[in-house]
Amino acid sequence: MSTSADQADAAEGRVYNLSGQDWEEVVAAADEAAEAGGDERIVVNMGPQHPSTHGVMRLVLTLDGETVTELRPVIGYLHTGIEKNLEYRTWTQGVTFVTRADYLMPIFNETAYCLAVERLLGIEDRIPERASVIRVLLMELNRISSHLGGIGPLGLELGASTVFIYGMREREKVLDLFELITGLRMNHAFIRPGGVSQDLPSGAIEKLREFLAVMPGKLGEIRALFDAAPAFIARTKGISYLDLTGCMAFGVTGPMLRSTGLPWDLRKSQPYCGYETYEFDVPTVTTCDAYGRYLVRMDELDQSLRIIEQCVDRLAGKRPAHDPVMIEDAKIGWPARLALGPDGLGPAPDHIAHIMGQSMEALIHHFKLVTEGFRVPAGQAYAAIESARGELGCHVVSDGGTRPFRVHLRDPSFNHLQALPAMAEGGLIADVIPAVASIDPVIGGVDR
Amino acid sequence: MTETNQPGDAADRSGAPAADPAAIAGRERLSEQVVRTGMFGVQGTSDTSGYGGLKVRRPPPLSSPRPYGSYFDEVADALASSLEQAGSGFGDAVERVVADRGELTFHVRRERLIEVARRLRDDPALAFEICTGVSGVHIPLDQERELHAAYHMLSITHNRRLRLEVSVPDADPHIPSLVDVYPANDWHERETWDFFGIVFDGHPALTRIEMPDDWKGHPQRKDYPLGGIPVEYRGATIPPPDERRAYE
Repeated sequence: MSTSADQADAAEGRVYNLSGQDWEEVVAAADEAAEAGGDERIVVNMGPQHPSTHGVMRLVLTLDGETVTELRPVIGYLHTGIEKNLEYRTWTQGVTFVTRADYLMPIFNETAYCLAVERLLGIEDRIPERASVIRVLLMELNRISSHLGGIGPLGLELGASTVFIYGMREREKVLDLFELITGLRMNHAFIRPGGVSQDLPSGAIEKLREFLAVMPGKLGEIRALFDAAPAFIARTKGISYLDLTGCMAFGVTGPMLRSTGLPWDLRKSQPYCGYETYEFDVPTVTTCDAYGRYLVRMDELDQSLRIIEQCVDRLAGKRPAHDPVMIEDAKIGWPARLALGPDGLGPAPDHIAHIMGQSMEALIHHFKLVTEGFRVPAGQAYAAIESARGELGCHVVSDGGTRPFRVHLRDPSFNHLQALPAMAEGGLIADVIPAVASIDPVIGGVDR
Repeated sequence: MTETNQPGDAADRSGAPAADPAAIAGRERLSEQVVRTGMFGVQGTSDTSGYGGLKVRRPPPLSSPRPYGSYFDEVADALASSLEQAGSGFGDAVERVVADRGELTFHVRRERLIEVARRLRDDPALAFEICTGVSGVHIPLDQERELHAAYHMLSITHNRRLRLEVSVPDADPHIPSLVDVYPANDWHERETWDFFGIVFDGHPALTRIEMPDDWKGHPQRKDYPLGGIPVEYRGATIPPPDERRAYE
């Protein structure tokens, strides 16, 4: 193969198709073009494989020197057909698909989907109190792990690898809690239409209290490294500016919107899962830049800890004798309970005894729910929640069958990446990196 | 539960000749298309249970009478007066209003979509600042309106939500683009074109976004197969998901 660049004369002039080892030729040609009075635009492909694009995303940059004159995000490299696949599974199995969309905030995906399905079923008011508290607990834990998974890489991309390691280390604490409570570090499929799949295991409250005791100090370590660090401030303050008008035009929500000073948080304005009964604040700043978004996320971590503490208090309090975590409806609520037996985790023996020895109806319900699933009345619903990245909406359409007719996740990352050109064009190429990181996109959610 | 703003309206309804609503609903249902026969997804067997004769019909299209409840009447009135100021009627632009499960849906004629969206955004009484995108739905049984586009609007000023729905026939899948009104819809419309083949007229660059540029077909349409291969495990074969028994 030739090592020289393939050259073609396009309408706009000469295009260099870099295949490597031809730097001398490129420089010579650029000099020639400059002498001839032509412009020196260079088109650079950043990605799809690039550590600072947060996944397989491609940015096509047109550069004038070091200034970005045009930026085009190209997505689709991680499209997995989650929405299509869902249509061939039952409503309950759908959870296992949506959880894989934005893999850094699986609990939010699950909750948005379940809230939409529950609205279609008309059972929103019948979700057990304890299930809602566990949902809130897990969502706030997930907000912490997601924000740490955004701030850590921001540090790495700006050269502060300590912050990255700190962020990943603290995130691991949350994942350990997830593993204890749901059995998995990610892709939990723990929140189900009607409630949650299991109650908290024994020992979870103690672990949560330990977590609450150490976490403020650990977050303080990150803040001590970043909040007033001149190098960090120089790279983020005034960078990737997007004001309220821009946010409205691009439909931007979440920490990016709150960095413009608008305290819009669906947990406050359109509460779900009982958020109206928790005490917390909505942090805002008015800087509209990458630094402000970092500050908002750090402040949100503190607020999440506050909510988690209230959840733990409620869950640890004296329980009534009957305190389910799944809706008490034999047509919807998943009947099987899991129990740890001598040969590992399996169906609870008392449930097996019940369906095999005592109740034919229970056996039928079990069989029908597990093989056929439940029917959801025809119609459509849109449930929106305040995820770690902004408004995560789930549009669910049912034709009255046992399978979702159509499920669409309105992912905040997908929406926010559109705003990237507005934030990065006209700036330096180096500032594209904090701009992407301040959006905190996760390509699993963007491409689904 | 809901307060009536127009007492005359309510009196008219209650004073109407007493036809049995259940009978009317039954007739409406019987006029709808059969979407499913039999039970358990079993086909071509000698079914002796009698369930093979079951016919399930499509639910009739919803259309809610006033009052819609909640803030929905206020939104409808504000949109109606806003459209009238601009010289066009509400009924002309909105075919049907559905207030279902706590959500308000305006079924909008595609010719009037941009005007309605502009009113929703610009009128201070409506102030739907954000359109959270468009979600396509392909309903092959809904003849002459197979392709649906659902737009979910959010008003931060009034803390309200609203859905606009536009339906178009498969043979003429054109909907005007809302990118001029809501720039955020750019990628969402590209996605809906990519997955459903709805053409958004006036979009600045309607290209594929998730699938490769040279992809054939629109994968999330119901007539597009899921694909997949059977999986063998210890002598037993599991068919791909779209060939397994469906309890529809």
